[in-house]
Amino acid sequence: MSFKIIASQCTQCGACEFECPSGAIELRGDRYVIDPERCTECEGVYEAQQCASVCPVPKTCVPA
Amino acid sequence: MNAPIVSLESPTQTPSAGQLLTTAKSGGCASSFCGLSSRAAKIDSATWEKIKDHPCFSEEAHHHFARMHVAVASACNIQCNYCNRKYDCTNESRPGVVSEKLTPEQALLKVIAVANEVPQLSVLGIAGPGDASYDWAKTRATFERVSREIPDIKLCISTNGLALPEHVDELAELNISHVTITINMVDPAVGQEIYPWIFYRHRRYTGMEASKILHERQMLGLEMLSERGILTKVNSVMIPGINDQHLIEVNKWVTERGAFLHNVMPLISDPTHGTRFGLNGQRGPNALELKALQDRLEGGVKLMRHCRQCRADAVGLLGTDRGQEFTLDQIPPDLGYNGGKRLAYREVVERIRDDQLVAQNQAMTTLASMSVRGSLRVAVATKGGGRINEHFGHAKEFQVYEASQTGITFVGHRKIEPYCRGGWGEEGTLDGIIAALKGIDIVLCARIGECPKKQLIEAGIRGIEVFGYEHIETAISALYASENGIDLSQAIA
Repeated sequence: MSFKIIASQCTQCGACEFECPSGAIELRGDRYVIDPERCTECEGVYEAQQCASVCPVPKTCVPA
Repeated sequence: MNAPIVSLESPTQTPSAGQLLTTAKSGGCASSFCGLSSRAAKIDSATWEKIKDHPCFSEEAHHHFARMHVAVASACNIQCNYCNRKYDCTNESRPGVVSEKLTPEQALLKVIAVANEVPQLSVLGIAGPGDASYDWAKTRATFERVSREIPDIKLCISTNGLALPEHVDELAELNISHVTITINMVDPAVGQEIYPWIFYRHRRYTGMEASKILHERQMLGLEMLSERGILTKVNSVMIPGINDQHLIEVNKWVTERGAFLHNVMPLISDPTHGTRFGLNGQRGPNALELKALQDRLEGGVKLMRHCRQCRADAVGLLGTDRGQEFTLDQIPPDLGYNGGKRLAYREVVERIRDDQLVAQNQAMTTLASMSVRGSLRVAVATKGGGRINEHFGHAKEFQVYEASQTGITFVGHRKIEPYCRGGWGEEGTLDGIIAALKGIDIVLCARIGECPKKQLIEAGIRGIEVFGYEHIETAISALYASENGIDLSQAIA
């Protein structure tokens, strides 16, 4: 149960990093990565996954 | 690095001291227009203090002062149909485009490097490439660092307004004196043609609902800033067929809510930019359509007509971009601030501005003394300081002025591809320049070659170099007089 970021489409804007309620997203080198151990898909916190809702590029932050 | 655009020496060199300049200066201070009083007549002195060295809030200041943007705020909370967030190119000049994103620490280093080298630097802005008030932690961290090192630099942000109300108190506390809000609509039905979605309070909204929330937050933010005495500029992107007529309504709303300036900018749209508007063939307005709308808006809040729609990492005077001289790889990591050049420039610029003001007032007196009608549209090649000091072939833009008996007004600029590259004029480029100069009667420049001069004449435009290095207004008033068959020495005497 986790989301992932398609690095080739990501603009590295970083919005997902600070919107994530679980602190599961961080910049590693030049790409943002979601830690599947920490990602909860925002269940119980928000109605929609925050990373996918704020991501400006379609189909870039998606279910793993 | 290249030489500064306006060198520190240039203000002290006497520009080709023609008879006109002597005439202008001989006007002295007898006229009621003299000195700062004429500025104060239009703007109260407290406001003038706030804008006199902000190139984006004062047309007069943009001849003398430079701004820089640092691209620290990458994240955005809305999607606009004129923006493609993946775009990243060093050759494009438009909002939202940057070549490298910076951390607050890197931004501080870059500001120091620019402040050491660009004497005209007066303003640090954060204008994205995302949204400065949404990506607030980075915006705030950058301003805190910079104001500790360079306390006299003016701070400003540009924002879409959605997250603005949450940070207005902090903006005031950080001494951020100028804020720009992009407001393209006051009616959600218009808004939904421009904004496909917004992200607000942890969820994505679309359609009418999205634009309704955005509109309410923009108005609230504007009102809150006005209450706190923070100067606001409203940017509106003119999108023909979508909000062009609607901007008249936008102008009323923002006037009522205390906006200081309204800046109507043309949509920049091209399929290669990959934006929704670019891809679906939505066109931008041409220079004449833009000016017609701006003219209709006169009478409300003051209009800004000197915007160059710069990049989120622009550096320099508004018409130029020196950003490529200050990329991180060119800056030593331990660089310290040296304010020597900025300080020296500040000492001479007051004198330059007073000279310019005298010239402007004299020009106004000259025009007022004539009993002629009709107007003259003049394009000027300048590299700052309020003078005609750029060669025709080197100009990347022309500033456009309109002269009539009521005065000389700056009405906009026309961007062009420079005619000379590597010392040779290029034919295709000249066609583009002639097209860009549509509606212009005369081009004033420091120098112009015989060949382009001849081709301009064929297109009905006269290229004139006899006023080279003269004050812009002095030259235009003299030109207006001679066009109307008036002997200036008689008119002034």
